[in-house]
This record gives sequence, structure tokens and C-alpha cells, in this order.
Amino acid sequence: MIQVRELSKFYGKKAVVEKVSVNIQRGKITSFIGPNGAGKSTLLSMVSRLLDADTGEVLVDKDDVRKMKSDDFSKRVSILKQSNFMNVRLTVRELVSFGRFPHSKGRLNAEDMRIIDQSIDYMELADIQHSFLDELSGGQRQRAFISMVIAQDTEYILLDEPLNNLDMKHSVQIMKILRRLVDELGKTVVIVLHDINFASVYSDRIVALKNGRVVKDGPTEDIINSDSLKEIYDMDIPIKQMSNCRICVYFNS
Amino acid sequence: MKKRYLIAGLLVLSFLSLFVGASSITPADLLNPGSEELEIFLISRLPRLIAILLAGAGMSITGLIMQQLSRNKFVSPTTAGTLDATRLGILVSMLLFANATTLEKMAISFAFALAGTLLFMQILERIKFKDAIFIPLVGLMFGNILSSLTTFFAYRADVIQNISSWLQGDFSMIMKGRYELLYISIPVLIIAYLYANRFTVAGMGEDFSKNLGLNYRWVVNFGLVLVALITTTVVLTVGMIPFLGLIIPNIVSILKGDNLQKTLPHTALLGAIFLLLCDILGRVLIYPYEISISLMVGVIGSGIFLYLLFRGKAYA
Repeated sequence: MIQVRELSKFYGKKAVVEKVSVNIQRGKITSFIGPNGAGKSTLLSMVSRLLDADTGEVLVDKDDVRKMKSDDFSKRVSILKQSNFMNVRLTVRELVSFGRFPHSKGRLNAEDMRIIDQSIDYMELADIQHSFLDELSGGQRQRAFISMVIAQDTEYILLDEPLNNLDMKHSVQIMKILRRLVDELGKTVVIVLHDINFASVYSDRIVALKNGRVVKDGPTEDIINSDSLKEIYDMDIPIKQMSNCRICVYFNS
Repeated sequence: MKKRYLIAGLLVLSFLSLFVGASSITPADLLNPGSEELEIFLISRLPRLIAILLAGAGMSITGLIMQQLSRNKFVSPTTAGTLDATRLGILVSMLLFANATTLEKMAISFAFALAGTLLFMQILERIKFKDAIFIPLVGLMFGNILSSLTTFFAYRADVIQNISSWLQGDFSMIMKGRYELLYISIPVLIIAYLYANRFTVAGMGEDFSKNLGLNYRWVVNFGLVLVALITTTVVLTVGMIPFLGLIIPNIVSILKGDNLQKTLPHTALLGAIFLLLCDILGRVLIYPYEISISLMVGVIGSGIFLYLLFRGKAYA
């Protein structure tokens, strides 16, 4: 379990994240949702040590992340930021191999090779494993990055808006993969999502942020209702039940 | 671009290089101990070849590391002020310590090269507008400011001519006793190879490096130390060689990608081959006179550079 306690981040005097406390449970998909500027990405960056918190602490399985060694930390928690222009020309396989870096420091042994092969197969990238990343489509590239994270083989996988710039088909593909990571491999996934319906359909728990504070935190079915959404987004959003998915119809509200 | 073809090409050109020049030497002469030819061979030809190989490999690797760490394909010692900072360092060492030994000169210009490159990287971090072309332009401006400082102080101290000889890369002055400093680049290149994986990871950005547990700052600074060391040894012995650090890594990157552990040997080999070829041409074209290497590399290199720019593919 990742425990976030009283975490704050200030830019100047403005608090971007203010006294946030959240527990992230193992073996589940937890989505961070909320309006722009709510502090979702900042929170994720602090949990993953990319950003130093001003106050508060983060515990990963009871260990304070600030006291963990960086290669120890990178064997337990991985983070994929939605940067990525990535103008480095690597092949898919090379990128996935770098997922083993925390374990091997670049000298890959037979075990590393086996895990790399597995990760590539898992993401169905075997056909394009020798293609350069800059020759791939956005969806393929995103799969390559997730494959790298699988090779990194961490208990916790943090993703900052992994669906950015992806079309519908690829977005669904990525979310299904994340679901499988949790259901089949027992990983814990934390994602920042913009699309409320992806959060509704795929996540086990939802943490809603607004103005740097947690406004809702609970199982998905407790959050996806018109009252809670009103509180989070200031919008009247009707919910429609379709087979076993709850869909938020926000387009004309 | 197979490694074995590069090695074969390098061997052929090296052989040619040893037997091309103002005084004719044949392989048979070398079997004749005490002959004048053997002497020229050992004092001039062989050192020249070694200097070319080391400078060619060194400057290309320097460019490769800089491009990786700055994450910009157009950054190199030429376009980031490193060469100009080195030259300013040499001037300072000449002015302050009239009788400076080579090692003292080396130490001072190394400090300047490192400081200059670090300063450029700091400027880079502060620039919000990270356009691929804009950044090397800033580097060129920065280099020109350093260069004008150098010219000003050199003018005041009446050593302009001295300084301009540092500007022109030239292998014709290389002979036994004058190039040995370049050997420093051999261990530096080996260390660069051992760090190849870390440089590749650092090239994917700070967040990416942190995710993989890499100490990003340390790797970047360490890389810049290697860059400054190689640049200093080359400028002190051979002079400035423009463009080499820019075009060679770009050609290799297009063909082989950016996985440094894989591309470092190719970059070193291609850099040495290119420089050797330019040197042989420079010696043959107006035989028995010589065109200086910086002119040769400048002309051929800028042509290739323009070609890379106009390739159309938004690559950098």
C-alpha cells in the first residue's frame, strides 16, 4: 500500500497540492480525476519522487520514500510521465531493455533477457521490436513504454495521462492492458485520467481532486453519481447505466 | 554501416596516410634501419596518423555525448561555446603564466572548457523556448561572446597571431613530442564507453532517468567533464576542428539510432575515417603543399551539415 500523508506543494505562496492524504491499495487500479489544475499530476510526481514535497510524507509499504535509495525505489515504483516527444532514436526492444536498468545497470543477464522477451510478447510488440520508436504510431509507442515499465517489474505502476493524444481504439487498448496488468500480474496501477468515463469503466477506486485538495476518495461506484460529480466538476452530469458500465453524459450538461 | 567495413576502411586509409606526403616513403624504406625515410616515418608520419585517429574519434564522441545530454541534435563543441571557451583558457594560461608547461596549460584550458560548457547547459535549462534550431544559435552567440573576449585580450597583449593559430586545426605541425597529450583521450573514451548506457538513459530526460533510478545530475556533469577533457587535448595539440562533432554523430544516429552502447564504436570509427580522408585530400589536392584540416573539414563538413538540415525529415 502507498500511504500519502498530509502532502503539500507550494509554488510561491499558492498551494498546488494542499495537505493531501490518500491510501492507494494494492492490486487495484486507482484513478486520479478532477478539473485542470487540480494538482493530479503534481501529486503523482511527488508520490514517484520526481518532485520533492514541501511538507508531508509518502510511504511505500511502510517505507518512507525519501529515505529509500534511488535504485531500490526504482525496483518498486515506476512512473511514466506524459512528456514524450522523445527525440531519442531507440528500437522498441532497446527501450524495453532499459526497463531492466535498475536491476542490471546495463549488463543484461539471461534472466533479464527472458523478462524483456516476456514484456514484449505481453504487449504484442514482437513484430515491431526492431523498429525505431519515432517510426511508430502514437498507440504503438505508448505500448512500447508500458512494455518497458512491465520489464522494470515494479509492484506499483504510476501513469500520468497515458491516453493523451491517443485515438479511441488505442485508448481502449491501453486501458484493457492496464486492467490485465492488475488482474493477471497482480500489479497496482495509479493513473491520472482526463476522461471520466474511462475512469468509471476501468478503475476500482477513484480519488477526485479539486484546487489541490481531495474532495472524493472511494470505490468507483461511490464516486460515479451525479451528486459527487457536481461537487467535483461543478456540472450537472446525468449517469446512464449501459450493460455493466456507468457512463457520464457530460456533453450537453 | 557494418563495423567491420568501417575497420577495413580505416586500415586502408591509415596505410595510405602513412605513405602520402611531401617526401616519398615506401614500405620498403622502413626495413632499412637508420635511413632518413624511417626517421621521417617515426617522427612525423606515424604521430600524425595517431593524432588524426585520436582527434577524429575524440571530437565525434564529444559531439555524441553533448547531443545526448542536451537532447538536441545540433549541439556540439562548435555550437555550444566549448571550443571558444577552451581557446579563451589557452589565452589566459599564456598571459598569466608565460612559461606554463603543457600540463598547466591543459589544466587551465580544461577548467575554462568545463566552465563554458556548464554555463551553456545552465542557459539551456533556463530557456523556455526549446526549439531545435534556436538552441545551437544561442550556443553560437555564446561562443562568439567568449571569442570576442579572447580577441580583445589577445589584441591588448599583442598575441593575436598566436591565438589565430589555435583557431586553425592543423596536422602538419604534429610530430613526435608534440602530440602525446592526445593519449589522454584514450582512457577518457574507454570511460565514455563504460558510461554509454547511463548517457543513453540521461538522454531520455530527467524524469525518465529518475524513474530508472539514475542520478541524472551526476551523469550529466560527468559527461561534460569527459567532453571538456577531450576538447582541451584536441585544441591544445591540433587546434579547432569544426563540424566533426556535429555531423558524424548525426549520420550514425540516422543509420543506427541512439543506443550509445551500440553506436559509440561506430561514431568513433566514422569520425576517424572522415578526418583521415579530409587530411589525405588536404595533402594531395595542392601537392606538395597542404590545405589545413580545419579548412577541409569546414568545407566538406558544412556541405554535409546543410544536406542533413535539408533532408526534409523533421528529425532533430
